[in-house]
Parts: sequence; structure tokens; C-alpha cells
Amino acid sequence: MRKLLLLSAAVFLSACGKPQDEANRLIITGSSTVAPIVADAAARYEALHPEVRIDVQTGGSSRGITDALSGLADMGMISRDLKEGETELTAHRLAMDGVCVIVHRDNPVSDFTKDQLIAIYTGKVSNWSELGGGSGEILVASKAEGRATLEVFLGYTGLDSADIRADVIVGENQHAIKTVAGNVNAIAYVSIGAAGSESESGTPIKLVSCEGIAPTTEAVAAGTFPITRPLQIVTDAETSEVATAFLNYLKTPAINDLIETHLYVPVAH
Amino acid sequence: MASSFLTPSTTKTRRAQIGDWLIGGAGALASFVTLGALTWLLFDLIRLGLPHLSFEFLTGDMKSAGREGGIGPIIISTLLILGCCLLSAIPLGVGCALWLSEYVQRGSRVARAITGGVDLLASVPSIVFGLFGMTFFCQFLGLGFSILSGGLTLTCMVLPILVRTTLSAMNALPPDLRPAAGALGLTKATMLGQILLPAALPGIMIGITLGVGRALAETAALLFTSGYATRWPETIHDSGRAISVHIYDLAMNIPNGGEKASASALVLLLMIFAVNLVATLLADRWLKTRSLS
Amino acid sequence: MCRLRIDWLVRHLLGVLAVVAGGLVVVVIFSLLQGAWPAINSGLLGHFFSDPNWQPGSVRDPQYGLVPMLAGSFLVTVAAALIATPLGVAGAVFHHFYAPRQIAKWNLRAMELLAGMPAVVLGFWGLTVVVPAIARIEPPGQSLLAAALVLALMILPIIALTTQAALAAVPLSQVQAAAGLGIGRAGTILKIALPMARRGIGAGVLLALARAIGETLVVVMLCGNIAQIPGSLFDPIRPVTSTIALEMGYATASHKSLLYAAGLILVLVVGLLVGWLSFRKNLDHDAVN
Repeated sequence: MRKLLLLSAAVFLSACGKPQDEANRLIITGSSTVAPIVADAAARYEALHPEVRIDVQTGGSSRGITDALSGLADMGMISRDLKEGETELTAHRLAMDGVCVIVHRDNPVSDFTKDQLIAIYTGKVSNWSELGGGSGEILVASKAEGRATLEVFLGYTGLDSADIRADVIVGENQHAIKTVAGNVNAIAYVSIGAAGSESESGTPIKLVSCEGIAPTTEAVAAGTFPITRPLQIVTDAETSEVATAFLNYLKTPAINDLIETHLYVPVAH
Repeated sequence: MASSFLTPSTTKTRRAQIGDWLIGGAGALASFVTLGALTWLLFDLIRLGLPHLSFEFLTGDMKSAGREGGIGPIIISTLLILGCCLLSAIPLGVGCALWLSEYVQRGSRVARAITGGVDLLASVPSIVFGLFGMTFFCQFLGLGFSILSGGLTLTCMVLPILVRTTLSAMNALPPDLRPAAGALGLTKATMLGQILLPAALPGIMIGITLGVGRALAETAALLFTSGYATRWPETIHDSGRAISVHIYDLAMNIPNGGEKASASALVLLLMIFAVNLVATLLADRWLKTRSLS
Repeated sequence: MCRLRIDWLVRHLLGVLAVVAGGLVVVVIFSLLQGAWPAINSGLLGHFFSDPNWQPGSVRDPQYGLVPMLAGSFLVTVAAALIATPLGVAGAVFHHFYAPRQIAKWNLRAMELLAGMPAVVLGFWGLTVVVPAIARIEPPGQSLLAAALVLALMILPIIALTTQAALAAVPLSQVQAAAGLGIGRAGTILKIALPMARRGIGAGVLLALARAIGETLVVVMLCGNIAQIPGSLFDPIRPVTSTIALEMGYATASHKSLLYAAGLILVLVVGLLVGWLSFRKNLDHDAVN
């Protein structure tokens, strides 16, 4: 027992070493949607360039913007377009993601018109029977304020966030998916990437088309799908050499397979 | 265990026997409901996660955002974060409680102020601790995204538990211990170290158990302080993903991450057992080296 | 001489530790104030209490009403405590006075396990198991009840373990005396053990309450996140912590400051309540010593 204690103490003390030098270290913060892709890309890059260390952190798109602006991070990750007041930054598009409506797999409805969507989300239509589905109160799920998916949805429907009459508000995409999977009468809108993977692996949800356009990655790639959001990296004017090198790597097709495993559409070809 | 003195044969009257059955029944029911819920939860975790547990999983590197590969670096990061937390929280928490219990007048302004401060600390929401940790430890103290930042933030969260449980343990000590020590001519420090602390140790261990549980279960605070990195940590100044953060990412952010999330959750539960076991063994050992055992 | 030196050292070292421990919260509140300052400065604080809804992102009609969310925080905490306290205390009584040794050992392990269960695991299980079950009785399922039930499961080990410790600390002499007087097990528990353990149990319940009101992940996934004062257990609610968790990562600078302010208000309100409760019950003031 005493030996074990001494050993752990030694290990712990050795871990209290000096931090590594900053020159070859990159810090990237931002959207938790983009983070897994960039983290995997960083691991690959580090294998190619062993002297570089890249740390990817989450915290949301606005974290990415703030940190890139203030210099706390070398680059930011965002899952939306830049807004006014953020134009000092340059956005580099990595991939496109679509936002689609999902319902439960057993729900007979498989297409919506834009007006129907607006009616559902403003509370004017409240029963599936009015839309040709079974009889049941529609369980409307909407995303929380500030989310890119919400803003894109509002942009498409022309609504204001105060107009939405939701029964539940969800945060992450998985939350929305599990809500719909657990309730036959639920409706929600999520990222196509997230919904597609889940639906393929058997979760009881169904991606439905809007105005007849099917929500597939092909449609997003072709540009025919109307509701999309960009997954981007933002940098400010002072980007170090190391950062620029990694950014260039991110823009190459070398990481397209990483993007595609998440069912997003890569921009680089 | 007190039950040995209270075997049913001591309950003579009919009314007492009915009372006994009622309370015992209520207690058993409560235990049953709790354990039932826990078993249900574990069942789902085991069903999804057990197939993925393997030596490679426990020691290997992470691949494909966690859907493949192992969680070796994550386990090490978690243990380091826990280490930082406990090494600062236990002296602070137990020390504070000892001072309050032995060196200050009960109900005095100083005692009220410090207890109030600790209680207020307990009511800070975990996500607010995340923001605090990020602003104070990462930015203000310049520690950046690091295991140390995460551990110190956890210290703030675990501190009230340790203080409260140690205080309870000290208050529950038999009242004749302190006068007896005084009568023997022991100095206060000796009384504290040789008599009171060993006697209060079981209660303090409960506090440590709860604290370890709290630390390992915490997600939001660690996401903002020790971060998201999945590399093998070299020092505590490195960013390192805690296992709870990993479970969160897999469950909520990565499509089809559910099974690996369950497997990681099982590993976390095993870690709880292991850490508590080590803590109990250490405490027993320490007791044996004291005059009281 | 040497021993007195050590005494002096120990006394002052412990004092320093205590002051640091008690002072940490001041640093936290200061940090929160810093983040909340823009919101306080802009005079929006009044809106927290006068606006009926929480719609900070609305272009047409921004509202910053905090009251429904404060109500949500308190309701879910009280509900969880009402479920967890009887279960935890009764379970601990069973463990200490009735359970055979083998079962008691496993019970302890189970409580340790539950104490360390990550919030995300509990939340996920709640979302996939508890919420659909509740939805069958009354949709939407994500509601005050769902959040309270799973939150209760989360805080139960705190109450159970501290009650166990408190019961174990009841002097054996008292229990033996009771047995000698012919008071049955039930009588001993109700009239002697539980009253003597009262302070320890109270401390445990306080810790559990604090944990519950500060919990974020579990409530976010289960409460439905509609900022309203619920009409029934089955209505969705939104505690303050949920709002901070949902919106912080995506908020503009002024919105972020609002969230900091909301967090600060929650801490202060809870702190006042805890302080008042502590003062009333005088948990530190023992007749002994």
C-alpha cells in the first residue's frame, strides 16, 4: 500500500511539469457541431506534423467568434453565417448542413408546404387530422434561442421567435431526435446530418420533405435544398503561420471523409 | 450495526410489532424503489455498452470522434482532474470544518460568516461554476484550458459537501472525548490528530465518497475548463477531456454515439468503485497507525 | 515549547483554510457581477421582474421575464426533495436497523454508484424511459414531473448517505438503553434514533436541495423548457439553469450578460433562502459543547 501511494505521488508530481511552449500550439474554440470534425482533422494533422499541437475546445458558435476576435483562440468554429458586427473576421467554409423537419416514423404525413409548417409552429393547426395524419395533438418541438438551426428555420418561414408556439424547447439535435422518437405526435426540425445518421441506424424518426424537396445530402450538395447552414472556420487578421497552415489543410479534400461520416456536405472537391 | 440489539424478540407488544413491520416495510419499499430505478438504468447501460468494453477500449486512443477506438487518454485525464480536485478540496474542506468545530465559538459571527459562505457556494449552479472557472482559472489566473483549471473548479463544487459532512461528523462525536483529552494533558493539535479525527473518520469518508461522486459526475463545469482535447495528457497544464464530458459529447453531439457513450458510462461507474475502494483502504490504514483503531 | 508551537501553527493554518473556503464564494459572485455588469448597467434588471415572458432574441418584442423561470427552479427543487427525502431517509433506516449485513453492503455500493452517476446518463435515461411513460398519461412528457422524478433519483444518495452517517453516529448506549427498557425497534427509531440524527439529516437535505437547484443537464433534457408557471405537474417548465445552459453558447454579448445576471439572481435568492433556513434551524448550534 505504501509503495502504491509513493508511486501515485511520483506520477502525479511528474505531471505537474511546465507547460509546453506556445509557438507551435493552436487553440481552436467554438461550435460543438464543427468540433468533432476539426478535432479528428487535428489528430491527422498532428500525425503528419509532430511538432504541432492543436487543442480543440467547444463552447458554442458565439464562443468561437468572441475568442477569435479577442485572440484567445487562433481560430473559431461556427455553424452559421457571420452577422453584422462580426465582419472583421474572415469566414472559411468547410461544409454545408441542411436543416429538415422530422416526424415519427409511424406518422403517415411525409411532406409539408411552407404554409402548413408556419401554421403548425404558430399554433394555428394543432391536430394531425387537419393535415391528413392520424388524430392526435401535434407536439411541437422548437430549438432554443440563438441556435443556428432556429435562425435558419425562422429565415425560411419568415417568422419571428416570439411567434413560435412550442410545446417543448430542445437544445442539442439529439434532444430533438429523442423527443420525436419517443412520441408519435411530435414534430421537430434538426440538422440533416444528425437526423440522417440516426434514422439510418434504426431510430424511429422520419425526415420529411418540404414543398416536395427531399431532405438528402445530395439535395444539399446540389444546392436545391432550401434550408441550409454553413459550417465554417473564422479567423481574424492576425493569423499565425502555423494556424494558416492548418487552415489550408482543412480546406483540402483530405478531410472530406471526416465530414461525410457526419453526413455533412464538404465544400472542397 | 445497531440491528443486532433490536431483534424482533425484544418487541413484545402487538402494537410495537405492527409498528416494527410498518417501518421495516416502508424502509424496504423505499430501498426497493431506489434500487429498482438504479437497476433499470444500469440494465440499459449494460445492454448497450458492455459489448464495447475491452482492454483496447480502456487503453486505446480515440478515433472517429469517439465512435471507434478507445478512451485511454480520457481515463487518465479524468484521474488527473480528480486528483487535482481532491488534493485541494480535502485539506480545504476538512481544515475549514475542523477550525469551525474546534477553534471558534459556535454561533459567533466568524463562524456564521464562513458557514454562510460555504452554504452559498453550494447553491451556485454547476453551469455557473463552469463560467466562473473559465473566467477565473482559465483566463484571470492564466491557466488556460487545462486539467488543473478543471480540478480547481471542481474543488469549489465539492467543498461544501466536505465541510458539511465533516462538521456533522465532528458534532456527532461523543461529548466526553474532548474533556478526557484535556484531562490527559494533550495539546489541542494532538487531540485533533490522534483522537478526534480518527473518531470522526467514518463520517468524513462519507463526505469524500459524495465528493468523488460529484466530481466524476460533473460535466458542464469541466467542458469549459478542462476542455475537449483527447490527447494523452502530459502535464496537468494540458487540456484533457473528462469522461463525463466524453459521455455527453457522444450522447448529445455525435450521431450513433449512444453505444460508446454507454460503454464509457460503465467505465465511469467502475472508476467510482475503484476510487472509493482505494479511499476506504487508505482511511483504514491511517486509522490503524493511530492509537485508536 | 515545541508542542505549543505546533498548536499555534495548526490553529492558524486551519484558520487560513477556513477563510479561503468561506471566501471562495465572494470570488465567484464577483466574477458573476463582472459578467452581469453590462446588463445591470443598461437598466434591464427591472425587466427581469416585470416582463411576463423570456424572449430575448425576438426582434419584434424582446422580453426578459425571469419570474417564471425562478418559479420553475424552485418548484422542481421542492418537488424533487419531497420525493427524495422520504425515500432516502426510509431507505437509510432500513439499511441501518433492518437489513442483514450482506444486503446492507450492497446497498452502500449502490448509493455510491448513484452518487457518481453522470447527469447526462440520468438525463438520457429520463428522456428515453421516463418521458414517454409520462407522455402516455398526459403529453408532452417533458414536464415538471419528469424533471422532478429524475432529479430526485440524483439527490437521493446525498440524503441516504448522510442519514446513514447520522444514524450510525447515534451513540450505541442510547440504543442499548432503549432495548433494555423494552422499547421496540420501531419506537427506538422514531423516538430516539431519528430525533438524535435530526441535525445530520438536516445537513444532508440542505446539500441535496442545493444540488437540485443548481443541477443543469438533467433538467434541460427533461423539463420541456417552456418558461411558464405550470398549472399542473405535467406541464413543462424552465428553470433558470436550463436557460443558461441552452443559450450561453450561442448568445450575443448583451444576451450573455443577461444570462450572467440571471445566474447571479438565482444564487442570491437561493443564498438568502438557505441563510434564512440555516438561521431558523440553527444547524451549527448544538446543545452539546
